[in-house]
Amino acid sequence: MIAPHSDLLAVIAGIGAVLLLASAIGWVLQRRLSPNGENAAIENLNARIRAWWIMVIAMSLAFLGGRTGVLLLFAFCSFAALREFMTLTNATRADHWTLVGAFFVVLPVQYYLIWIGWYGLFSIFIPVWVFLLLPIVSAMRGETRNYLVRVAEMQWALMICVFCASHVPALLNLNIPGFEGRNVLLIAFLVVVVQLSDVLQYVWGKLIGRHRIAPKLSPSKTVEGFVGGSLSATLIAAGLWWMTPFSPLEAGLMGLVITMMGFFGGLVMSAIKRDRGVKDWGHSIAGHGGFIDRLDSVVFSAPIFFHLTRYFWSMG
Amino acid sequence: MTRGRGIGALRRGAARLTGRAISLFARLVTAVQAVWQGLDPDADPAGRRPRVYFANHASHGDFILVSSALPPRLRDRTRPVAGADYWGGGGLRGFIGGDVFNALLIDRQRSDPGSDPVALMAGALDQGASLILFPEGTRNLTDEALLPFRSGLYHLAAARPEVDLVPVWIENLNRVLPKGSFIPVPLMCRTIFGAPLHLAQGEAKDAFLARAQGALLALRPNPENGR
Repeated sequence: MIAPHSDLLAVIAGIGAVLLLASAIGWVLQRRLSPNGENAAIENLNARIRAWWIMVIAMSLAFLGGRTGVLLLFAFCSFAALREFMTLTNATRADHWTLVGAFFVVLPVQYYLIWIGWYGLFSIFIPVWVFLLLPIVSAMRGETRNYLVRVAEMQWALMICVFCASHVPALLNLNIPGFEGRNVLLIAFLVVVVQLSDVLQYVWGKLIGRHRIAPKLSPSKTVEGFVGGSLSATLIAAGLWWMTPFSPLEAGLMGLVITMMGFFGGLVMSAIKRDRGVKDWGHSIAGHGGFIDRLDSVVFSAPIFFHLTRYFWSMG
Repeated sequence: MTRGRGIGALRRGAARLTGRAISLFARLVTAVQAVWQGLDPDADPAGRRPRVYFANHASHGDFILVSSALPPRLRDRTRPVAGADYWGGGGLRGFIGGDVFNALLIDRQRSDPGSDPVALMAGALDQGASLILFPEGTRNLTDEALLPFRSGLYHLAAARPEVDLVPVWIENLNRVLPKGSFIPVPLMCRTIFGAPLHLAQGEAKDAFLARAQGALLALRPNPENGR
């Protein structure tokens, strides 16, 4: 293992400072407005902040663990997300072997391909090979009821939870001249900007939000929250240019793209939740819901961020 | 003497470790969440009042899931009621059923007319244990939500009318491990605990069993698609 880059330590320390500040604000709010836990919004805020500590500690340990740590962390996130997504599909017992294949073959193979750095197969394994092979497994069982719905949902689940999510650790494989050994900072940049954008949209929305942006999909998202959150996250992204191979302007543009994809990713995943009549994807992360509730925006922005960076900065 | 005690301690230690491992595995696969509807889990935190949890039965993992979803203090006092034909005897199943989960084994075939399952269950309740019971009597491998209840629950309710009978709906486990498969697929499961019931004064057997079935079915979140 190579010694962690000082920029990485700076990023982790910075996130720690932000969380300390958030915890302090949460503590004051609770003392002032909700001493006996009567204000549900403040209790939820504090539950979220506590969960953030755990998530940040897990991410930091993974980053310090290098390639192995990052791959294991995101493979686990994919597993947990796929578990949540498949639960809401129409997959029946005729699809049992298809599901076994999805969890115990497709997911490990996709992450193994990142581990050995085989980009060619990594980028087509699920969209081509799995897309063609998995429906064959389901068809062999002869259950035709809802067949197209079932196989389409399972493919969607794999695309979102495994294929798209795996683009985050795949950033480690990009070969960017002058940026060697620092690729983990690209992951930190992506995750920090996406998550800050979510948090800032929430904060701006709570402070000045008036006009709902998509009342049918996500009643809590407002125009004010969206504009304020994305603009401030874009500015922060520009300010974080030093940890990336980008110039400040490029970092800001990347931040804007990430933020937009993250926002609309959240809307898409909300539409699925509304369709299935659930409020959250799961209950594993206290205050936040399930893994997909936290990962939806990362999952949508990661492949776009990966390909933009690869196309314009990488040597292939 | 000491050697026998040493082996006993070793077996108990192995059983405890195996129990932890099984519970951890169940959580990894199902992320099981306990939902309490009409029953406060903290009302009797030490588990001093014995209860009978009665649940739908579609998979061999059912009692593991109910047990894993209980708060630890209640879990330690709760024994699944299981068929001696499957979970009895030696070997791995006997170890898991007997040593790990302390199952109360009953003879489903009633081959020995002297062994009365209801008396066995009542005796365990008298000793302070809670029970997990599957009143359908066998795994439900049909498309129906529930098989007709056997009469055991009624006879137990008549023998110990003061004991709380808690309906528990196990959601999704039949999709995790469907009939005939041996590899579980990871899907989220919930165990939904409902309000306790008791045998009413003078209530007939069929009326009581219908009421108990109704109480269990009422806990299903989405009856139309089985989820």
